[in-house]
Amino acid sequence: MSGRAWLLSDTPRSRGQARLGRAYLGWLAFLENPLAVVGFAIVAGLVLAALLAPWLAPGSPIDQDLGRRLLPPSAEDWFGTDELGRSIYARVVHGARLTLYIVVLVAVIVAPVGLLVGTAAGYAGGLVDTVLMRLTDIFLAFPRLILALAFVAALGPGIENAVIAIAITSWPPYARVARAETLTLRNSDFIAAVRLQGASPLRIVLRHVAPLCISSLIIRVTLDMAGIILTAAGLGFLGLGAQPPLPEWGAMVSSGRQYLLDQWWVATIPGAAIFVVSLGFNLLGDGLRDMLDPKRQ
Amino acid sequence: MAQQTARPAGASASLPPAVSVVLRFVAAILLTFLGLTAVTFVIGRVVPIDPVLAVVGDRALPEVYARVRAELGLDLPLYRQYWIYLENVLAGDFGTSVITSRRVIDDILIFFPATIELATLATLVGVLLGVPMGVVAAARHGRWPDHLVRLLGLVGYSVPVFWLGLMGLLLFYAKLGWVAGPGRVDIFYEGLIEPVTGFMLVDTVLAGEPHAFRSAIDHLILPVAILGYFSLAYISRMTRSFMLEQLGQEYITTARVKGLSEARVVWRHAFGNVMVPLVTVVALSYASLLEGAVLTETVFAWPGLGRYITDSLFNADMNAVLGGTVVVGAAFIGLNLFSDLLYRLLDPRAG
Amino acid sequence: MNRLGALLFGAVALALGIAAAPALAETPKDTLVVAKNIDDIITLDPAEVFEFSGGEVIGNVYDRIMTYEAEDTETLVPGVAESYSVSDDGRTITLKIRPGQKFHSGNPVTAEDVAFSLQRVIKLDKTPAFILSQLGWTADNVDGLVKAVDELTAELTITEDFAPTFVLNCLSAGVGSVVDKKTVLANEKNADLGYEWLKSNSAGSGAFVLKSWKANETIVLETNADYRLGAPAMKRVIIRHIPEASAQRLLLEKGDADLARNLTPDQVTGVAGNADIVVEAYPKADVYYLGLNQKDERLANPKVRQAIRWAVDYQGMAGSFLKGHFKVHQAFWPSGFFASLTDTPFSLDVAKAKTLLAEAGYPDGFEVELDASNTTPSSDIAQSVQQTLGQAGIKVSIVPGEQKQVITKYRARNHQMVLLYWSPDYMDPHSNADSFARNPDNADDAKSKPLAWRNAWDIPELTKETDAAVRERDPEKRKDMYLALQKKIQDDSAFVIMFQSTEQVARRANVKGFVSGPTFDTVYYRLVTK
Repeated sequence: MSGRAWLLSDTPRSRGQARLGRAYLGWLAFLENPLAVVGFAIVAGLVLAALLAPWLAPGSPIDQDLGRRLLPPSAEDWFGTDELGRSIYARVVHGARLTLYIVVLVAVIVAPVGLLVGTAAGYAGGLVDTVLMRLTDIFLAFPRLILALAFVAALGPGIENAVIAIAITSWPPYARVARAETLTLRNSDFIAAVRLQGASPLRIVLRHVAPLCISSLIIRVTLDMAGIILTAAGLGFLGLGAQPPLPEWGAMVSSGRQYLLDQWWVATIPGAAIFVVSLGFNLLGDGLRDMLDPKRQ
Repeated sequence: MAQQTARPAGASASLPPAVSVVLRFVAAILLTFLGLTAVTFVIGRVVPIDPVLAVVGDRALPEVYARVRAELGLDLPLYRQYWIYLENVLAGDFGTSVITSRRVIDDILIFFPATIELATLATLVGVLLGVPMGVVAAARHGRWPDHLVRLLGLVGYSVPVFWLGLMGLLLFYAKLGWVAGPGRVDIFYEGLIEPVTGFMLVDTVLAGEPHAFRSAIDHLILPVAILGYFSLAYISRMTRSFMLEQLGQEYITTARVKGLSEARVVWRHAFGNVMVPLVTVVALSYASLLEGAVLTETVFAWPGLGRYITDSLFNADMNAVLGGTVVVGAAFIGLNLFSDLLYRLLDPRAG
Repeated sequence: MNRLGALLFGAVALALGIAAAPALAETPKDTLVVAKNIDDIITLDPAEVFEFSGGEVIGNVYDRIMTYEAEDTETLVPGVAESYSVSDDGRTITLKIRPGQKFHSGNPVTAEDVAFSLQRVIKLDKTPAFILSQLGWTADNVDGLVKAVDELTAELTITEDFAPTFVLNCLSAGVGSVVDKKTVLANEKNADLGYEWLKSNSAGSGAFVLKSWKANETIVLETNADYRLGAPAMKRVIIRHIPEASAQRLLLEKGDADLARNLTPDQVTGVAGNADIVVEAYPKADVYYLGLNQKDERLANPKVRQAIRWAVDYQGMAGSFLKGHFKVHQAFWPSGFFASLTDTPFSLDVAKAKTLLAEAGYPDGFEVELDASNTTPSSDIAQSVQQTLGQAGIKVSIVPGEQKQVITKYRARNHQMVLLYWSPDYMDPHSNADSFARNPDNADDAKSKPLAWRNAWDIPELTKETDAAVRERDPEKRKDMYLALQKKIQDDSAFVIMFQSTEQVARRANVKGFVSGPTFDTVYYRLVTK
């Protein structure tokens, strides 16, 4: 049997084959959406750039060369040089690491927190549900950027503080999504079966309910990524995120402002990077959502 | 920018739905505001700067230091300090600003109108342009107007506002000279316009200065256009989404079958049902513009609350930062919860 | 689609209507618009002002006892005073006040106001008070030592043996501004000598009246038609806070501003071809330096202090992004003035720095914080210093903040390393020696807080030498003493002095008469015409 036929077989012989087959079908559906594919390519590009930065951009992103300041894009410096003679190309590529770092760190914090809160609230119901949802609503209503500002004002600028600040205001939607999923699953047959078998609520939530919420969470995370990237870039632009000489894209746009009139590339190119990456996540998120929930447009 | 779409349903209540929802709304506002003040209080305590030193200065004698420390209530247990803080906040007392030496609340009253002016005009643009665009996109679903609107919306969700602002300034002010530059009016009007309402368009008229009014408009065009774009990206997407839902319903098919013109079907029937949920969307958009103002104001040197908070931040003026945060936060919360309330009231599935 | 079409059409028409014929952006002929970064202003009370922008404002709003006039910023002449005479023992100076001078309020300028102004400085005891208190005045004795003898005569008695010219120089600093006693006391609260009120109001007799100061936004000055040297041509001067040099340039090019004060060399190059813009260079007496807080044991190590000296790329910076704006200068008294040391022995030598660090006991370097203003050129200098120190092993993290925040932290000795500038308060080498080479009391609650104190640098020997130098009457001997002092500070101290600045002011071609002298407060708008 050919590989494709094996994957698409109606009678899978093992759980593994069934899983792989489902994944393959999902992948095919995904490919039908060209925009989603573009998004995926961009995100993949970001990840690759971050992982392979030292090879893709062998020059140093932080070494200054005061004799080669503000040079326009050329064969030697693909994106030109900035106000301290650093290669903008190297800085953009290495900046991908920072962007990915921030995004992953935020996701790693908010998703589990949201998952725990949401599933606990959805499964337990009653007072626990009300209290947790009130808490979620409170945080949901906070202005993300402004609170991040206040937070950074207190703790000082820096990439970790920025991440914490963003995470604190970003987890509520995940709690809601997890809760909604949990409510749907709570009364389903297989949960009833597991309960009859004597599983404790904790076990039910962790081993059975939570894993099923993950796909919705992933979609949510992807859709949120763009917003997180933009918020982090905004903080960097204000000078509150990663500090010099780190090549954070928002900070690069900010320092490039000085030279906007004659050396437009210093501010424009990092900004374009932010735009492209956000776009990628948005397209990917939209695609994933369409793929997994075909009722929606 | 807010990207919330449908909200999941909550538990049902035993009181009549509308009453219980309104009650919950009030409770939510109070609780959330409490939460906000708790967060700002904690942030204020976390600061490594000594608040006593900020008042007495670095030359003060130990007795003076101790006295002021007691006066500031720093000897009290934390929850009592929070209570005092809450009382102050409700009374509008946020302390004094280090930079301006004025009361923070006075500063806020001076700077907030500038932000409101921007956000209001931008939301107006968002509604006037975004709503028709969303309707057209839904009515022409799958064809080029739909794709265009979706593309514009997508870009609006992905482009950093500060970058777009910079590009706008570069192109329309620096290169083309079509709009005025940073600031709310031309610099030489400084001190000539009496700040009665804080809204430049109104104040210039009240001061009887038509040229200043013109100048204010010139300065408003670009930031309003930029912020308006973000507003219309969101509003058009939501309008489209709501309209698509409506247009897929049975009563629409019935109306078409009855022979009503397409325009009537779309505008009179479908859109009619969408208008009220749209209000919630507009409220959310306004809220996110208030928040995003921080970045726009930095780019356009707009003397609003966002810039006030950022400047205070770089001067370690915690009173001002926290005061501004509470005010913007309260507005943001109010708008969010208001739109939530409307949604729950109107959507029979939720609540 | 009709409704939509109508809506769109309406929106477009509205937009076009508004956009048609954009308003002229030129500034009126009698208003001067200055684009400047004024984020360092903390107050406008002459008894407290010790920052550049504030000093410039009070230099235009107040008249001083002795002054450097706009017509000639190099010669010290009587200002509010008409003439002076010195007693035989050199300890009493009698000032004759010019008759007929009026404050902005209309009150006449009398000797009582002069005495009050000086007494006020001593009694309020703010940052610049040391300029007068070094003459021996204290809150207890100043009412007796500084008094008005009659309506137009004031008598000042000092308790130290200073050369009279030195004393007169002190009276030309900001603390020598004459304030309107009646107006100030009328606005006094809780017996604060008008301190709260005078922070953001003026009570002077200078060429301009302070109309308003909005922190980090604008300063508006209005003409004083009765000024003793004639009313200024400019009816209003608006100083607009524009922190970015590129924004300043843009405003200047578009005609929205008449003067741009903080253009970087890049911006200057950018406007080179513009026929409407002229760039003037004014040599200044500002020195830029790194301050090393000696409370930090690593920075107190002499070998570390040496290592840092060899880990700064002076020439690299001065030759690139500071070109034309800064030149390398490594002594505390700026070049172009009497007794300045122009040797520049230090340059970037990373290997040497590393060796010195290893000898100091830090072969792997260490981490340190550098406080610096977050605007150009400080932010760029900070990044370059971070880079080169990093090569030697010292990992620098830059703590950004607005200028006043950096200054506040510095004055509280809360920094590790700081990047700042210093301008003399009066044109005598003692002004800088007093700051860099003198620290009579290193305790936290010391009365006198010069720069050496801010860096917790305990220097009893150097303090003695500085005291001797200011009392030396023979100019040649005095010069040698200052050269020696500068050499000592240059070789090893809590300071790494890097640059001296030239102010590059860009103006619209039609704006003439702007004066910018060597110090931060000899900047005058009085003679500007358009």
